[in-house]
Amino acid sequence: MNLAPALHGALALALAPLLLGVVSRTKAFVAGRIGQPLLQPYHDLRKLLRKGAVYSRTTTWVFRLGPVVGLAGLLAATTLVPFAGSRALWAFQGDFVLLVYLLGLARFFTVVAALDTGSSFEGMGASREVTFAVLVEPALLVGLAALARMTGSLSLSTMLSGVTVEAWKAAAPALALLAATFLAVFVAENGRIPVDDPTTHLELTMIHEVMVLDHGGVDLAFILYGAALKLWLLGALLVGIAVPLRCGHLWLDGAAAIAGMVALAVLTGLIESSMARLRLIHVPQLLVGAGVLSVLALILSLR
Amino acid sequence: MLLLLLAISVLFLAGVAALVAPSAPRWGTIVGAGGAVAGCLAGLIPAVTILLGRPASSFQVAWDVPYGTFFVELDALSAFFLLPVFGLSALAAIYGAEYMRTGRDSGAQAASWFFFNILVASMALVVIARNGILFLVAWEVMALSSFFLVTLDDKERSVRDAGWTYLVASHLGTAFLLVLFILLGRDSGSLDFDQFAPGSSVSLLFILAVIGFGTKAGFVPFHVWLPEAHPAAPSHVSAVMSGVMIKMGIYGLLRTVILLGSLPRWCGWLLIAVGVSSGVLGVLFALAQHDLKRLLAYHSVENIGIIALGLGLGLVGITVGSSSLAVLGFAGGLLHVLNHAVFKGLLFLGAGAVLHGTDTREIDELGGLLKRMPWTGLAFLTGAVAISGLPPLNGFVSEFLIYLGAFGGLSSLETSAAVPALAVIAALALIGGLATACFTKAFGVVFLGTSRGDHGARAHEPGLAMQLPMQFLAAGCVLMSLLSPILVPGLSPVVRDVSGLSVDAVSAEIKQGARALWGANACALGLCALVAILFGLRRRLLSNRKVVDGVTWDCGYGEPSPKMQYTASSFAQPLTDLFQLVLRARRNVSPVRGFFPRAASFETETPDVCRDRLYEPIFHGIGRGLSAFRWLQHGQVQLYVLYIAVTLLVLLVWKLGET
Repeated sequence: MNLAPALHGALALALAPLLLGVVSRTKAFVAGRIGQPLLQPYHDLRKLLRKGAVYSRTTTWVFRLGPVVGLAGLLAATTLVPFAGSRALWAFQGDFVLLVYLLGLARFFTVVAALDTGSSFEGMGASREVTFAVLVEPALLVGLAALARMTGSLSLSTMLSGVTVEAWKAAAPALALLAATFLAVFVAENGRIPVDDPTTHLELTMIHEVMVLDHGGVDLAFILYGAALKLWLLGALLVGIAVPLRCGHLWLDGAAAIAGMVALAVLTGLIESSMARLRLIHVPQLLVGAGVLSVLALILSLR
Repeated sequence: MLLLLLAISVLFLAGVAALVAPSAPRWGTIVGAGGAVAGCLAGLIPAVTILLGRPASSFQVAWDVPYGTFFVELDALSAFFLLPVFGLSALAAIYGAEYMRTGRDSGAQAASWFFFNILVASMALVVIARNGILFLVAWEVMALSSFFLVTLDDKERSVRDAGWTYLVASHLGTAFLLVLFILLGRDSGSLDFDQFAPGSSVSLLFILAVIGFGTKAGFVPFHVWLPEAHPAAPSHVSAVMSGVMIKMGIYGLLRTVILLGSLPRWCGWLLIAVGVSSGVLGVLFALAQHDLKRLLAYHSVENIGIIALGLGLGLVGITVGSSSLAVLGFAGGLLHVLNHAVFKGLLFLGAGAVLHGTDTREIDELGGLLKRMPWTGLAFLTGAVAISGLPPLNGFVSEFLIYLGAFGGLSSLETSAAVPALAVIAALALIGGLATACFTKAFGVVFLGTSRGDHGARAHEPGLAMQLPMQFLAAGCVLMSLLSPILVPGLSPVVRDVSGLSVDAVSAEIKQGARALWGANACALGLCALVAILFGLRRRLLSNRKVVDGVTWDCGYGEPSPKMQYTASSFAQPLTDLFQLVLRARRNVSPVRGFFPRAASFETETPDVCRDRLYEPIFHGIGRGLSAFRWLQHGQVQLYVLYIAVTLLVLLVWKLGET
């Protein structure tokens, strides 16, 4: 029996928070600070899991259910994403559609939990979240369609293992456009600069962070861990396309992919250090741009 | 067949009996609703047995009406459409028995049951009719009975206007169907369906069907009656109209496709174009609404669009010879017909419970209802997740099948077939995101937070007769998703009829789809298990810790009021701004002025762009042109009789001159 998928799943669960640490450490380095320890996200999670809770009297069970469904959706989605060119833990025809819609489910419940507080701040975040999701989802699905067309397959595992060095040689422009699309999707879905700023929630520019303003303790731990998993799984998608180095050896391929993930985290940190958040009215332009890139990639693959 | 005709007669007789029942209102309701439930249950039996594999049965006798016979038949396609007709109508009747009791006199109640039962009976007859005249009569009875249900509260001006729009639109659509049937039966001289010969004018016939049946189904731009009529009707009737009646348009279109045989390639493209515009415009206009039932009505336009996408993909699949595209497209579209009946029925019943409990449909007046109406809220949330097409509920399953067909076509076929598949994928993705936005808005603003007006204070749960149908449909949303790999193979006879493919080809492709659904379902079950585990973990972690109640974090502002919450309009504002080009929302703003501002107000209104920019100019033009003939019309009956006599004389002379 092939143990690689299970191993990769365990890797995702264990290493996802590390990416957050790498990002913040990179930002600290560029800013000339020492920064927090690499393992700080793990400490944060442990601290939060040991806390009690405060719930607003306005809220109902929907508020308590939000983080649970959010994390469950992302955990289920993690089983669908292949890593290092091997098979995903759970693969079937059309699994990528389920992946996109599981992310949608997690979003749905995060948004209604935010609306449950009756706070205008969280309403604002919720409204913006669904707005940008409307533009991100088509970009992601059309991008995946281009990948399906290029590899002639309907399952993420075979789609990503079909992206090899030879494939890059044959269709470099289309794959580069795809990688650019997925980078934009990665940034937008994870609430990173230039779309959203994960370090602030008290400005009028807030999106994701402000939706979870009222969550604390165990609930917030679930949300943080879910965010880390989302970073990992969308990163794995991007790295699967951008780093096609595969030799068939479990450990070597795994090491290359992990190196790719860390490089992606460093890149995220560098982007966050070198540019400011876009004004909200400019964010749709970026996301529509990503959608156009994915359509271009598809047109190139249609030849 | 006999049982089915019996069921239709029971419905009809119960309707008449409700009208003549003793004036104590209880009796009208008992006879009307009871008869509806009994008729529907009896009608479900033959429909299910046909779908389980019994051969189609028919009944044909000569009658005095010219051009053909009294001809009815129950085949797989008819049986499939009978499921929502009888299933949802029975639940709506139970719901209506309680819903109609408040605020209406006994005469109106009895009339409502008469028309409700006639409506259900006529829909069943539409589906089994195999003669053009019988079909059109049933079609007309369906339109008229639903018109009277829409205008039940005709003391309100808005309701009368809605009824008028509906009546005009409905008959304009029927005019196209009349031409369609006459052309189909022209060669053989009979309007029996088995005598029809499409001849050479297949393209023209297809366009007539798309316009005629599309008006009933609510294809953009023929949808303008839908957001007017559905909100005006009582909620259980809205559920039937939205969940079932508009599907009669889809049925008619499919029946025409079968009658026409092989179609040119652009027909599939046309349906996909119609699906894209209906789906995207429907959900965009839904997003801009703040009347709960109007929002749901626009979502019906969206879902009809999704169904059209599936069917269009199927037609493209047939013309390019890809059985996987054809089968998955048709199966996804057909399954969405059923799924939409379940979750849209649920949502309209839920909206009815909200209206019943609070006396308002205005979303921006509501809020925090989940505390006072926990069960209705849970059912509405289920429907909201399902209609957004999210796993693990049934809306996802049918969209997944359509996606699967489209992705399969995209990855394997040549460019000319891949482009429509791409359009389907992009449209479905956009619709999915917008639907999530719309239903987080609808559920979040109505049921969560705190009440924005004083309507919420009086809110209360409805009684058992209204509650049970909602919970039943909510359970249906879950079960139809979990059992989908078993249910989808049941569609194969229907898909076979529509696509004309061989038994083996269809069942092989259906098997592929079912296998993918097993994969998705396993993951969805895992998701449910994870939710349970994580919820248990959370509860265990918090079990002996301090859990306190507080206020929502107010960022330092000590006096937050319910009015400060996000409303439906403000929640949707970024998206409506983004699509302002299409939506053309109007704003009435009197802004905050000066250091000591007085009254300020903000109001948005999003009228239907097709109604405002397309139909109004046309109808005004026609009105102006015809006003030139106004001198003919002056109210003197004698002169009218003279007109008739002169006309007859002229016709007679003309005819005599010919011979």
